[in-house]
Amino acid sequence: MSSEALTHPAEPAKHASAGDNYLTNGFSLKSWLLTLDHKRIGILYLISVSVFFVIGGLAASLIRLELITPAGDVLSHETYNKMFTVHGVVMVFFFLVPSIPAVLGNFLIPLMIGARDLAFPRLNLLSWYIYIVGGLFTLTVALTGGIDTGWTFYTPYSSMFSNTYVAMAAVGVFITGFSSILTGLNFIVTIHKMRAPGLTWFRLPLFVWAHYATSLIMILGTPVLASTVALVAVERVFHIGVFDPALGGDPILFQHLFWFYSHPAVYIMILPAMGVISELISTFSRRPIFGYHFIAFSSIAIAAIGFLVWGHHLFVSGQSPYAGLVFSFITFLVAVPSAIKTFNWTATLYKSSISWDTPMIYAMGFMGLFLIGGLTGLYLAAIAIDIHVTDTYFVVAHFHYIMVGGAVMGYLGGMHYWWPKITGRMYPEGWAKISAVLIFAGFNLTFFPQFIVGYWGMPRRYHTYAAEFQVLNVMSTAGASVLGFAYAFPVFYFLWSLKYGKKAPSNPWGATGLEWQTPSPPPTTNFDEVPVVTEEPYHYPMLEPERV
Amino acid sequence: MLLSFLPIPDQASTQAVSVDTLFLVFTALVVFFTVLVCVVLIIFSIKYTRGTKADRSNPLDGSLKLEIMWSVIPLFLAIGAFGWASHVYFEMVHPPADAMEIHVVGRQWMWKIQHPTGQREINELHVPVGRPVKLTMTSQDVIHSFFIPAFRVKQDVVPGTYSQLWFEATKPGTYHLFCAEYCGTEHSRMIGSVVVMEPQAYEEWLQSGTTSESMVAAGERLFRDKGCSGCHAGTSSVRAPILNGVYGGPVPLDDGSVVTADDMYMRDSILLPKKQVAAGFKPIMPTYQGQLSEEELFQLIAYIKTLK
Repeated sequence: MSSEALTHPAEPAKHASAGDNYLTNGFSLKSWLLTLDHKRIGILYLISVSVFFVIGGLAASLIRLELITPAGDVLSHETYNKMFTVHGVVMVFFFLVPSIPAVLGNFLIPLMIGARDLAFPRLNLLSWYIYIVGGLFTLTVALTGGIDTGWTFYTPYSSMFSNTYVAMAAVGVFITGFSSILTGLNFIVTIHKMRAPGLTWFRLPLFVWAHYATSLIMILGTPVLASTVALVAVERVFHIGVFDPALGGDPILFQHLFWFYSHPAVYIMILPAMGVISELISTFSRRPIFGYHFIAFSSIAIAAIGFLVWGHHLFVSGQSPYAGLVFSFITFLVAVPSAIKTFNWTATLYKSSISWDTPMIYAMGFMGLFLIGGLTGLYLAAIAIDIHVTDTYFVVAHFHYIMVGGAVMGYLGGMHYWWPKITGRMYPEGWAKISAVLIFAGFNLTFFPQFIVGYWGMPRRYHTYAAEFQVLNVMSTAGASVLGFAYAFPVFYFLWSLKYGKKAPSNPWGATGLEWQTPSPPPTTNFDEVPVVTEEPYHYPMLEPERV
Repeated sequence: MLLSFLPIPDQASTQAVSVDTLFLVFTALVVFFTVLVCVVLIIFSIKYTRGTKADRSNPLDGSLKLEIMWSVIPLFLAIGAFGWASHVYFEMVHPPADAMEIHVVGRQWMWKIQHPTGQREINELHVPVGRPVKLTMTSQDVIHSFFIPAFRVKQDVVPGTYSQLWFEATKPGTYHLFCAEYCGTEHSRMIGSVVVMEPQAYEEWLQSGTTSESMVAAGERLFRDKGCSGCHAGTSSVRAPILNGVYGGPVPLDDGSVVTADDMYMRDSILLPKKQVAAGFKPIMPTYQGQLSEEELFQLIAYIKTLK
């Protein structure tokens, strides 16, 4: 009886024909800017993070262009330094951190748990406005003169020496932090209090588990970042000694505080992507996820252990060697929950029935890149090796494999998977496959050579470099060109599909999960009746996908 | 060399060999696991693509045995890797007692180096082959990082504190010296070279050029000129600690604790004399903050170390 409720998307048909959905519920600008609908807020975030991604991407293009030759012949020192700072600040704080949670999480969590909205819709809208205000601050800084501290804002350079607009950028990051905190809070309360009847914790989609873990990090870590950048601004403006030794401060203290947030922030970026991948692999292989509990708890374990590893960024800072050992050991432990996830995803494919739609291609791409990104993290956990490779391109390559290879692949995979749900239109599969493969290839060509040039000793944040590093840098720039080109594809075909894409049925992939039981796009209230859940998650095999 | 087909850069210190060995073993492990997972993924991908004929009966939704296996094996491998890497690290971290000490001051955007004999150089470091060298470093402004890729060593150079790095060069030649911690506009110009010389050639190099007074001699001069000797020499009427034999030993403080008189203690005692007051003395010493350059501090400390 109840399984019928799960597997028969009968209601949707009625709605689809009525054409009454969250997108048609008002067309004025006001109806968007003052909306309390989590789905519309998700769209607002989608547009804004895309704009920031383009800005961050343009900065990256200039960096790669400059690095074709060892000499500094395209940009001045000052401009180059501002470019990598803008790239880092924008990509980390304004794209990666909000990307999956604020766009897909916002849109999907209520749908996945059978709720009408998040627990605090007004707070949700406020989060977006806070994000925009923080973003405008940062953009103003970027446009009116820039900031040259790197996204890490290391003191005392940032607080006392840089002649750029550090305080203003710090304010931007400070403000945006509150957006994360409020979103995390909203998710946690929603997941605790608003699950549909019968939707127990262990029936939740792993996407929701991943976002729960992410939200914990957001509300526990972000306040520390906020206070840290506030202290930088205070020292800079009022010359109150906190970090500058000339004023009696301790510059290394800043690094402890900064990484206490910023290492867990890496998990803010990767955990939601892992949640997406669990959904994709299960759906497109028609199998329940292997070891559901282990994947769910490994997310929580990563979030928890992630708070205890910040000192691995300080192995050459003069930190006590014994503290270094403890941080090194705990960092090695992160390998375990990461391995658990990878093996479980792989095992899910055993005796499965895989269909190679674009989201599945992204999922497999994620697996390969995350594997390399994660395993190269072990080199950095080992102090003896880290001493040589820290602050070189080896580290740059490693975290791009995690953040771009992992988080961005997850985000794009998720965007393709849920695009029919979000917009009611199918994207063009052929173009999407081409771009997914190009992104994978371009990514590897861009970042794999950086592991080698890093081990050869090329420091990061170098505007000019030694001649023997050139070949690998040219390869990297060539890869970046492919990557930039491939990233442009989805922008065009997604927009194209809004008008010309085939109409999407409510469940085009034949997936389980409550979000697929409501029409595409969903009605403003998400569900006409509160769904009742009586089954385990990922209860495949399921019905064949509806014909598109 | 046997492994010369691998993209391994110049190995020119004793550390380089042990770090590279560790690196290669890690790489073997990483390649093994990457290939393992990828091969399984590819086999499953081909075998179980929808529409292919494959045995899909009795599938598995989970297996405690497998979960334990793929948690425990990585755990033990991780602990093993940690143990080995830490062992290598601890051999790198403590300089041998007989290491020759060279002083380095970083500033935007250059490296200033002084040898014990007084020889100074900028953005170049000459060292003898086969002899442990210890660098004691500080920065005049922001954080820098002293990085010699061919030696596989790197250490941040932090204002307001002394950091140390040591190595033993094994191969004469000229190698890159980079600043690895972003330090502002011309960060990528804060580069230089490390010249490793045969001991004989190094001795000759030390004699060449206009050798100024040795560090100890310069320190002795400062000790007099800056008025240190007025209180800290045996004949003084002011009650101040006599510094003979102080360096390296324990110093009881007036709050009851005991500290070791190392370079950092010396530095603090000169710049922040009220921070740690030796037991039995009044906190009457004035601060020398702003009156001594980092180089002069190094010289003063070098002299105080010789007081027996």
